[in-house]
Amino acid sequence: MHDAPDHTVYLDHAATTPMLPAAVETMTAHLGDIGNPSSLHASGRAARRIVEESRETIAQALNCRPGEVVFTSGGTEADNLALKGLFWSRHEADPRRIRILASSVEHHAVLDALDWLAEEEHAEVELLSVDNRGRLDLEAYRDAVERDPGSVALVSVMWANNEVGTLQPIEDVVAVASRHGIPVHTDAVQAVGAVPVDFAASGVDALTLTGHKLGGPYGVGALLVRRELSLTPLLHGGGQERDIRSGTLDMPAIAGFATAVEHAVKVQPEYAERVAALRDDLVARVIGVVPDAHLHGDPDARLPGNAHLGFPDCEGDSLLMLLDARGIECSTGSACSAGVPQPSHVLLAMGLDDEGARHSLRFTLGRTSTQADVDALVEAIGPAVERARGARIQ
Amino acid sequence: MKVVAAMSGGVDSAVAAARAHDAGHDVTGIHLALSRNPASYRSGARGCCTIEDANDARRAADVIGIPFYVWDLSERFHEDVVEDFMNEYAAGHTPNPCLRCNEKIKFAAVLDKALALGFDAVATGHYAQVHPGPDGTAELHRAVDPGKDQSYVLGVLTQEQIAHSLFPLGDTPKPQVRDEAAARGLLVADKPDSHDICFVADGDNAGWLREKLGERAPNHGGAIVDSESGRELGRHDGTFGFTIGQRKGLRLGTPAPDGKPRFVLDIEPVSGTVTVGPRAALTVDRITADRPRWCGAAPEASLHGAVQLRAHGTEHRALVTVDPPGSTDGTVEIELLDPAQGIAPGQAAVIYDGTRVVGSATIVSTARSGVPA
Repeated sequence: MHDAPDHTVYLDHAATTPMLPAAVETMTAHLGDIGNPSSLHASGRAARRIVEESRETIAQALNCRPGEVVFTSGGTEADNLALKGLFWSRHEADPRRIRILASSVEHHAVLDALDWLAEEEHAEVELLSVDNRGRLDLEAYRDAVERDPGSVALVSVMWANNEVGTLQPIEDVVAVASRHGIPVHTDAVQAVGAVPVDFAASGVDALTLTGHKLGGPYGVGALLVRRELSLTPLLHGGGQERDIRSGTLDMPAIAGFATAVEHAVKVQPEYAERVAALRDDLVARVIGVVPDAHLHGDPDARLPGNAHLGFPDCEGDSLLMLLDARGIECSTGSACSAGVPQPSHVLLAMGLDDEGARHSLRFTLGRTSTQADVDALVEAIGPAVERARGARIQ
Repeated sequence: MKVVAAMSGGVDSAVAAARAHDAGHDVTGIHLALSRNPASYRSGARGCCTIEDANDARRAADVIGIPFYVWDLSERFHEDVVEDFMNEYAAGHTPNPCLRCNEKIKFAAVLDKALALGFDAVATGHYAQVHPGPDGTAELHRAVDPGKDQSYVLGVLTQEQIAHSLFPLGDTPKPQVRDEAAARGLLVADKPDSHDICFVADGDNAGWLREKLGERAPNHGGAIVDSESGRELGRHDGTFGFTIGQRKGLRLGTPAPDGKPRFVLDIEPVSGTVTVGPRAALTVDRITADRPRWCGAAPEASLHGAVQLRAHGTEHRALVTVDPPGSTDGTVEIELLDPAQGIAPGQAAVIYDGTRVVGSATIVSTARSGVPA
């Protein structure tokens, strides 16, 4: 479409963000190590020690006990473990507990796991409405709980939305649920390192995080889960992770993950301030060039790096392709089926119609984002929008 | 040129994209999502809109080293191709959805979108050739490999569309294309050719139509009537199960007086009557067609050329007259010098002058010399 771009402008940090050099160093330093953390000999003990130190590092960064960190293969597994594990154990303890309450803007790792529970395990899943900023309707939530608290197995509300960046009122969610002893799970994959996350202070019972969204490696994540909570395992085998998650521990990845979590949490305040300033500049200047573009989500209670914009009369996928040809990488922000963008369930839940949902793009900034990235987008967006508007299939 | 290569996930379109790339064009691979619910198709389902096909196309684009995207044309495809296919069958016609797709989707919606996005042309894996004509305009011609020639399904393209089309395989026999795919490391090299209608996953057209048309009129049962005696020979449960020239599946109890097989001669969708008769009654040498599409200028005078009446069908020498002469939307009268058999309304007659595609028209009625239509 255009001459090959001389460098990539990466504005898709919510999809995955580059590994922190220190995390690469930690991980690669251990890739050649011998020793299964479950083995009893010296090599095994050495590997075990790295895993446990990593666990302690993560626990300290997020304010939980080391024993509350369950390593998983990533966010999807942690979400599945929390939802299915909690539903099974809570339902077994009291068969009346059949309902699961969740927001309608959860990630598919939550929504599809809930669909499965509804279909296969006869869970009654209630997806709660959100307002036009994507924020949970607390009144509807409270009503849903109070209607019959004894039948609620668990509540799952994400800390921050992956598409539009809206932060959810986790404190209020916990306040209502805890009155009835109902456990709350939160998918905090997008939140850790971007906004302050304190497991103990939040009052949530289970929290999902993953390595590759915060500067760690792919394929490793964790579920933080209160010790007193019983969780039925998904994976059975060698009994690792307190029998909650069997499987040989990926020591090098866990070590890199811990380095990344520690760093991300430590620098979070400065990071958020710097990235939010870039983001605000991006939004203001894109709207300067395309006056009818508008920000989706909550203007204030949102992730610092998220700029989800609507471009009326402009197909998001055309715009994405035109920007990609200029070396600018972003996302339509929604799940794909065979690569076909479906209208986002998040935007539909916020009250947009199919067209409004398709006429949107998500730009997400991260640790490596620079002013030059924003400048490049601002320069390219006007002609790209104009061209994409001319290419609509009627 | 900046070129969009439509990549179905099959071997032909993959090699076509690779050749366009080799020719120095700036190529972007596009897979068209045509099914409304691609997730409903499982591996093994035939057709061009499965997730496997999209993945195959994506891998081919990776190997070639070109960008790749999926364009969702499922709504347009459903309205313009699938709905049309059902309506035509319901009217007792035998449509060819591939022509319709080329007319409305691949070289219309896709080409329009591509041009608007700054591309110059669309490349596909069709076996056909574009050559400059005497006046410099782009002409559509048959492929070099007569066994694979697909100019028939492209007979709906206008001059403008042909001028923006690339058919990189038109000069090559199919086995060579497979060899080339293998040599290029394209994993689709062994993938079987697609033959069926892409949106009918199991190839069972009658079953698909029965399910989709449901109770919709005039999809009702009716009589199967003998053309010679006028007697009712049997009943059927929907006209869509029949096509003119069909012999199998009539389930007639009574044998014909001469003991010879009977064929579907006519389908009357309103009454539901299906007329059957001897093979000889299927022979036609006059065809009236409408909705012409001209690949260049419409013929001013009667053309001594040829027509092809089915995909991969034989050529029939013919005298083609447009009424009024030179009209872009008139009626096309075709006199066949080589008679044809079992020609159904709804089929496309594609008109050739040598290897050049002159245009196409949709068959409305047929007749035999001396026998009124």
